Amino acid sequence: MDFSDEVPGFVVESTENLALLDLELVQLEKNPDDDALIASVFRTIHTVKGTSGFFGFSILGSITHVAENILGQVREKERRLTPELVSLVLETVDAVRKVLTNIESSGAEGPDTYQPLRDRLESAFASVGDAADLSRTADQAQTVLAHTERRNTDESVTPQPYNRRADDVASSPSTIRVDVRMLDKLMNLVGELVLARNQIVQGAQQSVAQSASAQRLNLITSELQEGVMRTRMQPIGVVWNKLPRVVRDLASDLGKTIDLEMVGAETELDKTIIEAIKDPLTHIVRNSCDHGIERPEHRLAKGKNAAGRIILRAFHESGHVNIEMSDDGSGMDPERVKNKAIQKGLIRAEQAALLSDREALRLIFLPGFSTAETVTGISGRGVGMDVVKTNIEKISGAIDMDNRPGYGMTIKIKIPLTLAIIPGLVVTVKSDANPGCAQHGQRFVIPQGNLLELVRLEGPKGRAQMECIGDADILRRRGTLLPIVYLSELLGLATRRLVDEAINIVVLKAEDTAFGLVVDEINDTQEIVVKALGKQLKSLNWYVGATIMGDGKIALIFDVVGLAKLAKVLMPPQERPKLEAGSSATLREVQQLLLFRAGRFAGLVLDLSFVARLEEIAWSRLEYAAGEPVVRYREALLPLVWLSDLLEGASASGSRPVSLQVIVFSEDDRHIGLVVDEIVDILDDVVTHRQASTRFGLLASGVAGDRLVDFVDLDAIRKVARKRPSNQRHSEEMSSIGETQFPSDFQLEEAVLQAEDELVGSAR
Amino acid sequence: MTAQSEIGSTSMPGATLQFATFRIAEMLLGLELSQVQELMRSQEMARVPLAPVAVEGLINLRGQIVTALDMRRIFGMPPLQNRDILPMNIIISAEGGTVSLLVDEICDVVDVPLAASTQLPANLSAGQRDLLKEVYQLKSGLLLVVDMSRVIASCDH
Repeated sequence: MDFSDEVPGFVVESTENLALLDLELVQLEKNPDDDALIASVFRTIHTVKGTSGFFGFSILGSITHVAENILGQVREKERRLTPELVSLVLETVDAVRKVLTNIESSGAEGPDTYQPLRDRLESAFASVGDAADLSRTADQAQTVLAHTERRNTDESVTPQPYNRRADDVASSPSTIRVDVRMLDKLMNLVGELVLARNQIVQGAQQSVAQSASAQRLNLITSELQEGVMRTRMQPIGVVWNKLPRVVRDLASDLGKTIDLEMVGAETELDKTIIEAIKDPLTHIVRNSCDHGIERPEHRLAKGKNAAGRIILRAFHESGHVNIEMSDDGSGMDPERVKNKAIQKGLIRAEQAALLSDREALRLIFLPGFSTAETVTGISGRGVGMDVVKTNIEKISGAIDMDNRPGYGMTIKIKIPLTLAIIPGLVVTVKSDANPGCAQHGQRFVIPQGNLLELVRLEGPKGRAQMECIGDADILRRRGTLLPIVYLSELLGLATRRLVDEAINIVVLKAEDTAFGLVVDEINDTQEIVVKALGKQLKSLNWYVGATIMGDGKIALIFDVVGLAKLAKVLMPPQERPKLEAGSSATLREVQQLLLFRAGRFAGLVLDLSFVARLEEIAWSRLEYAAGEPVVRYREALLPLVWLSDLLEGASASGSRPVSLQVIVFSEDDRHIGLVVDEIVDILDDVVTHRQASTRFGLLASGVAGDRLVDFVDLDAIRKVARKRPSNQRHSEEMSSIGETQFPSDFQLEEAVLQAEDELVGSAR
Repeated sequence: MTAQSEIGSTSMPGATLQFATFRIAEMLLGLELSQVQELMRSQEMARVPLAPVAVEGLINLRGQIVTALDMRRIFGMPPLQNRDILPMNIIISAEGGTVSLLVDEICDVVDVPLAASTQLPANLSAGQRDLLKEVYQLKSGLLLVVDMSRVIASCDH
C-alpha cells in the first residue's frame, strides 16, 4: 500500500494536534489534577504517535512514544506533572514540529534523530522511582522496535487513528477540509462577479424588465460575496492559541508568574489578516511580559497579586475587528519615554517638553525606539513597536494605547475584516496634457479607511480659508493647519490651476498626519475589488493596486500613506532629523521654520512643529485678566505675550493695530499666544552655523538657506506667560454658567486625558 | 509572401524553432512562440501617472489587469508618427506576472532552423544589444530575437 497521498493530510492534522497540545499542556501545568485535561493531552499525543507509526516515521514515533509513556504515568497518577516535565514534553512537541516541517518539505524526517532529547525523555520516564519502572523502560524499548517492524509490514494498521478520526467525524459532521488555494480562487471569481454585476446594474438602468433581474443579480452577488468571504474567515483563536505557550516560556525565563486570559477567541477574521497580525500580536504580548509585568516581589510590594495578568480581547464592531491587549503591569512612564527618545536623538529636548503625555507615549512607535534598559533576548531584538505599527497599518489597521502608569496598559488594535474588497471613494482628476484628447478625466480610488472628511470651498469666501505660504497652500480647518496637495499637479497630469469655481478637497489621514487632497470631481463611494499591479509598477508605492470599474475601465487605487510621502507632507521616519546630543556646532538638520517679524527683529523663527495655530485676533477682543492681556479663545483664556516687548524690554504694546498676528502654541494643557508684527514665510532649510544667543528671549542664531535667523526661546516665553492667569478656572466658570459648546476633537481628547489623570490620582 | 515560405525553401535538415515575429519601426523582432500567450488588437489603456517611461498603461484583459509596455520606448525609438496606426498587444506570461508588449505590427509565426543563428553584430547600440539574444538571417532580412527577461528588467527604472 502506498500512503504518500495521505502524508500532507497527516502533516496538517498533526500540526493542528500539536497546537492543541501546546495549549493543553500550559493549562495542565496550572491545573495538574484535571483528569479530563490529562486524558485529552494523552489522547492527543497518542494520536500523533499512532499516525506517525502508521506512516512509518520512526523518529517521530519513538520521540512521541516516550512522551506518551510519561504522560501515561501522569494519567495513572504514578507521578505528578512538574513544570520541568511540562517543559520536557513541550520540547518534544517542538522537535515533532521540526520533523513535521521536514516531512512537509522533503517527504523525509530529516537527519536529526533527537537522540539527546530521547535520552532525557527516557531518563525522566525512568526516574519515577522504583525498580518496576526499569522493566517498563525495557518494555517500551520493545514497543519502539515493534513500531519499526510495523512499518515494514504494511497491513498492520494502528487502530487508534481511525478511532480518532471517527470521533472527529461524529462530533463535527458538517465540516470538510478545503484547500486554501481553492478558496482564494473562489474569492477571485466572486471578485470578477462583483465587477460584472456592477457593469450589468449600470447598463440595465434603462429597461424596467432588465432592471428587476439586475436588482436580483445585485442581491445574490452581494450575498454570495459575503458567503465566500466567510469561508475564508478564521477565528482569531488560531493565532491566540500559541500565545499561552509563549507567555509561559517567557514567564519562566524571566522568573515571573503571568496568567493569560483570552476573551472572544471565536471572533472571525479574514485568513490573510490573521496571518498579518500574528507577528505584531506576539510581539506586543512578549513586550508586555518582558517590560510590562513586574517581577513578583515588586508586584507584592506595590500591593498587587504576585501573578501578573494579561487579557486578550477580540470583538467585532462596525465592520472592524478590535483586538485589545491589557496587562496589569507597570504601564509606561511618559517621562522615561521622552528621555529615551531624546537620548536616542529621535526628538529634541525642547520638543519633548511640549508633548502631552499621550503624545509622548506615541514616541515608542518611532523607529529605533526601545524602552528596555537592557537589550534582552526576549523583546529587544531590534524589532520594535514601529514594526508592529507598520505591519498593522499595512493591513489598513490602527493601533492605539491606553496607559495607566503604575497600573498597566491597554493596546488597542483596530483592523478591517477583509482586504480583498474594500469600500473606496472614486474621484476624478482632469488632465491638461493632451487637450485634444477626448479623455475628460481619469478616475482614482481612495480607500475609505483613510478618509476623514470632504470639504468644498465655493466662491471667493471659501477660497479665503486657504492660506498661501510661499509655494505651499494651507487650509485652516477648525483651528488646525492642513497642508493642501493638488492631485493633478502631484501626479504630473496638470499644472496647478487656480480656478474661481469650487474646490473639492478630500481630507485624508496618513499615519498621524492629516492633509487635504484637491481633486476635480468627487464621484461616489463603491465596494471595489483590489487587484495587484504588475512587477513594473511595484516601486510606485502610492498605488496599492487597481480595480475595474462598472464600465470596464481601470482605476488606480491610492495608498494614502505612499501618496502623503510622495507629496512630502509626511516625512519618512528614517529621514527624521537626528540630533547629536550636546554638539550644537555640528547641528545640521532640515527644519520647517516659521519666519516672522517682531519689532526690529526681522528674521525670527520657530520650529513649525511647536506651532499649534496661527491666528489673527481683532484688537477689540483683547481683554485684561489680573491686569495682563488675554483673549477668550476656545472656551479658555489665551494669555498674550508681545514678543517685541520681551526682546527689547520696552513696552511696544502701546501701539494699537486693528488686528494682532498671534502664534499659538500649547504648553501642557493650555495655550499661549505670541504676538508678532508679521508672519512672513515658512522655511524648509538646513540650519547651519548655529550659535547660542545671549539675549533673553532668543535661543540661538543660525543660517537657514541664505538667511540669518534667530530662534525664539519658547522657555522664556513660557516663564513670562506662567505668571498669567490660568485658563482652567475660567473654563470651569464658563461651564458653570451653562455656556456650553460642542468641544472639538482636540479638547475632547484633553478632557479624556484629564479625566484619566483624575482616575489614576484617585486610585492612588 | 510570408517569411515562413521563404524559410521553407531554404530550410536545412535539423532542429527548428518557432518564433512569433513583429515589427517596431523598421526592425523585425521575434519571440519564442512558447512565451506568447495571445495577440490582441489595440486596447483601451488606463494611464499610470508617474510610472516608468516604458509603461504605457494598464489594460483590462478579461478582468485581469495587465501592464502594457511600449516596445518602441524600450528600444529607444521615437513614437509612431502616424497616429492612425494603433499599437497591437502581444500578451506574454513573464516572470512576475503577465505583461503586454505594444508593437507596430504583428507578423507571422516563422519556423527558423537553429543553424541560421548568428551572433549579434558588434555595431548595434549598447542599449538595443542588451535586449536581444541572437539574430537569424532570413532571406527577407534579419530576425532579431528578443531577450524577454532583459526587456522586463529594463522596465524597472
